[in-house]
Amino acid sequence: MTNSEKNRLKDKAFQVFGIFCTFIGLVVLAIFLIDIVMEGIGRIDWDFLTSLPSRRAARAGILTAWAGTLWILVLSALIAFPLGIAAGIYLEEYAKKTKLSNFLEINIANLAGVPSIIYGLLGLELFVRMMNLGGILLAGALALSLLILPIIIVTTREAIKAVPRTIRDGSFALGASKWQTVWNQVLPASFGGILTGVILALSRAVGEAAPLIVIGALAYVPFVPKTPMDEFTVLPIQIFNWTSRPQEAFLTNAAAAIIILLLITFLLNGIAVYLRHRQQKKIKW
Amino acid sequence: MLHLSFSRFKLSAAILLGTSLAFTSCGGNSQEGASDLSGSIQIDGSSTVYPVTEAVAEEYRAEAPDVRVTVGVSGTGGGMKKFTRGEIDIVNASRSMNASEAETASENGLSYVQLSVAYDGLTVVVHPSNDWAKDITVAELKKIWEPEAQGKIMRWNQIRPEWPDKEIHLYGAGVESGTYDYFTEAIVGKSHSSRGDYTASEDDNVLVQGVSTDPLALGFFGYAYYDENKGKLKAIPVDNGAGAILPSLETVKDGSYAPLSRALFLYISSKAVNKPEVVDFINFYLENAGDLSEEVGYIRLPDNLYKEQQQKFEQFTIGGATANQQ
Repeated sequence: MTNSEKNRLKDKAFQVFGIFCTFIGLVVLAIFLIDIVMEGIGRIDWDFLTSLPSRRAARAGILTAWAGTLWILVLSALIAFPLGIAAGIYLEEYAKKTKLSNFLEINIANLAGVPSIIYGLLGLELFVRMMNLGGILLAGALALSLLILPIIIVTTREAIKAVPRTIRDGSFALGASKWQTVWNQVLPASFGGILTGVILALSRAVGEAAPLIVIGALAYVPFVPKTPMDEFTVLPIQIFNWTSRPQEAFLTNAAAAIIILLLITFLLNGIAVYLRHRQQKKIKW
Repeated sequence: MLHLSFSRFKLSAAILLGTSLAFTSCGGNSQEGASDLSGSIQIDGSSTVYPVTEAVAEEYRAEAPDVRVTVGVSGTGGGMKKFTRGEIDIVNASRSMNASEAETASENGLSYVQLSVAYDGLTVVVHPSNDWAKDITVAELKKIWEPEAQGKIMRWNQIRPEWPDKEIHLYGAGVESGTYDYFTEAIVGKSHSSRGDYTASEDDNVLVQGVSTDPLALGFFGYAYYDENKGKLKAIPVDNGAGAILPSLETVKDGSYAPLSRALFLYISSKAVNKPEVVDFINFYLENAGDLSEEVGYIRLPDNLYKEQQQKFEQFTIGGATANQQ
């Protein structure tokens, strides 16, 4: 065997290995999805979506849970979105490369890796106890905003970085100020990327149960929250609660609720993909 | 140059806001002849007691549709923390309040009453193919679970010589649960003290899964989980000196299944009983706890005990809620 034959063989081997690796993830996902869908799809109907929690598995629904999840989603987005983008713009466009900005950058990157329960404990002390909010929607949303803020900041910076230098130079050459350049050129050009990051961060937040339980989110809530000051529950807590019940029928309910939760995250991801796609088509330099 | 309108920012925000407003119109359904009480009742605590309280809260909606009852599951310990700070009205507890919690309560000027609402029988289980463990004594359970057993009691024949020379695999409640506290107190003699080298989970379904697939397993969990999975598990009668007794609705209820049958509790604070809706709710709870606890898989107290709880609660509300009643 010549050297080049050997190399070709190695190449082939790696290709097979790569395919294998790719499929591991897909197969696991497929098994999980098939299992959950087979278990839970029959349970999903209009009543399941519009009923209150109940001790009778067949009558129990997830109305308050998905309403709470949607509230948390919207509030976290409203809080984290402006904060994250502003911080990203500052770090990318304004901050001088000093020791301080270096320090900030490293810490923000580190924060993205902090376990979610820690944010729950932080939220409990800061929002629930010190600010005396109690275990309400707003407190939960604030804690989850902290959780997703680092992700939003990092993706915002990446998106802004991807805007070509020439765009900024052109804007400056026409006499625009820094703010005008950022607001009229850089932000619109990077908006698709930013939004993708925000939505992916939100789909992480949607799946969290632990930090919200710490904050004081409940399990049995017989009313749909009407204001951010109301108590709440979310889908992951309802799922967690049902999977720990002894009766088999509750496990079916849990599977059905998981399907709904998956649909919400898929929907969010779909929106992210769509926005990115539309952005790419629109921008022509 | 770019020609992208920036109104998309505003548009997205508007969509997000819009979805939040879309579901503000659903609410409580009123029923004829129902009480006109209103207000809110905050309950938190044990996830073991949760199903009973959830069932009662669900039925209570028909009784008093305007009272907002919410129930959390932050665990007996977590619930007690909130309760002794005066943040909630009622705590679900799968064990009695401990000394340091009682201290916090009195520091905050709270007195409280403890009511029993149902029984649970912790069931000792093995794999169905296990043909040697036909009964087990409390002393043997202690020998298995005490802290000194760690790394030493590893085989079945170390517990009883006639049992086979095979490894023993242990499954039990996680250390954060009230179930763990109760089991260690009843078996080892000291709450929160046991060996650490066993498969622990806060989720009893995980333990069911473990024991039912491991021929060398020995585990313990709540009676309801055994009852729902009878085909996959074998319960072992526990001998407390008065003969080996299997857990069942009867033996737990009459107290002969000892020491592993335990009461599930509610604690109500002196502050909470100033609210008429709390008093009404607790009375409703005690009237219906028997049927509802059975429905969710627990064991009812004898009727005279429910009467006793009602009297205890009445005294607590009338007595100005000054003295702590255990």
